[in-house]
Amino acid sequence: MLSKIVRTISDQLILFILVFGFYIITHGHLTPGGGFQGGAVIASGVVMMIVAFGSNQIKKSLRERHLAVVESSGALIFIGMAFAGLGTTFFYNFLVGTPVFGIIPPTGPNPGNLWTGGVIPLMNLGVGLKVIAGLSAVVLAMALFSSGEEVEE
Amino acid sequence: MIQYIPYNIPFIAVALLVGIALYILIFKRNMVKIVMGVAILGAAVNLFLVALGYRAGGVAPIYTVSPQGPMVLPVPQALTLTSIVIAVSIIALMLTMVMHTYRHTKDVDAKKSRTMKG
Amino acid sequence: MRQIAGWILLIVLVAFLISGALSMHPFGYPPSDMDDYMIENSQAETANNNVVAAVLFDYRGLDTLGEATVLFTAVTGVLLLFRALKRKEKGS
Repeated sequence: MLSKIVRTISDQLILFILVFGFYIITHGHLTPGGGFQGGAVIASGVVMMIVAFGSNQIKKSLRERHLAVVESSGALIFIGMAFAGLGTTFFYNFLVGTPVFGIIPPTGPNPGNLWTGGVIPLMNLGVGLKVIAGLSAVVLAMALFSSGEEVEE
Repeated sequence: MIQYIPYNIPFIAVALLVGIALYILIFKRNMVKIVMGVAILGAAVNLFLVALGYRAGGVAPIYTVSPQGPMVLPVPQALTLTSIVIAVSIIALMLTMVMHTYRHTKDVDAKKSRTMKG
Repeated sequence: MRQIAGWILLIVLVAFLISGALSMHPFGYPPSDMDDYMIENSQAETANNNVVAAVLFDYRGLDTLGEATVLFTAVTGVLLLFRALKRKEKGS
């Protein structure tokens, strides 16, 4: 656990990091970014909280079984979107043309529209959840092993 | 804008980085330094993949408010994303094995961990 | 003895790599037939502005599925190794 100035500033800074990470995940089909990049940004914010507050205090809020549920649901969303287009082939983009996510943009440079992209924004969400839970669980396990010698349930 | 680079300098830089990583893997005995050598090898392969698909005077391959000009090839950039994630997984597993070995033998030398019992 | 064999192996490998780097295509003018088709027809077939995301999730989605499996296996392996030590200390 570090000094009081570091703890106060990291309390204020975690909100901006979360908003920035979710912006990169959500706009993955308009600007450079996507699922993997946004997940790495949010996982680095969690690592900053572990360094500032000590791993024994973060362990009370982030239990391991909750992180396992989040990671498994992210993988199930990714596989479900792949199986849902099985009428034609395995990874078919079945939402192009429908008004849910499938407006076709005009060719050439244009200001982007959020409701384009087909099945890709939902796949970005699934991969982002999986990367957040996976990297946070790995860093938390390593910090608990090397500092406290406590049991990890 | 860079129009002509003589003698393929980025590919020679990739060959030198692979040479440095192989020197670390052959001659060093500290376990943490061996993990650093594997990380440098992964980074050299990523640089080679990105440098393969560059077009002279090109812009990013995204159609949202893009400037004029020919676009850079998009397929090597997609392969590089996959390679970065796999390199992170390899380094995480190697560091776990290093931590367990240090806890048993209290030494980071790679030759003394060959006679572990039990 | 081991030092001499190591140095010979290193010099042979680096010379092979540099001779391979000097005989590639000139830097900045790559051969591109598949990528021209993807840049032209990406907005009409996948309704997407980002060509890299369309290549990752639509044209080459099976590679992303394999990479998600590798990430899941690595995280499971790390968490499994940190659990076996606690049971060995308490049980025996």
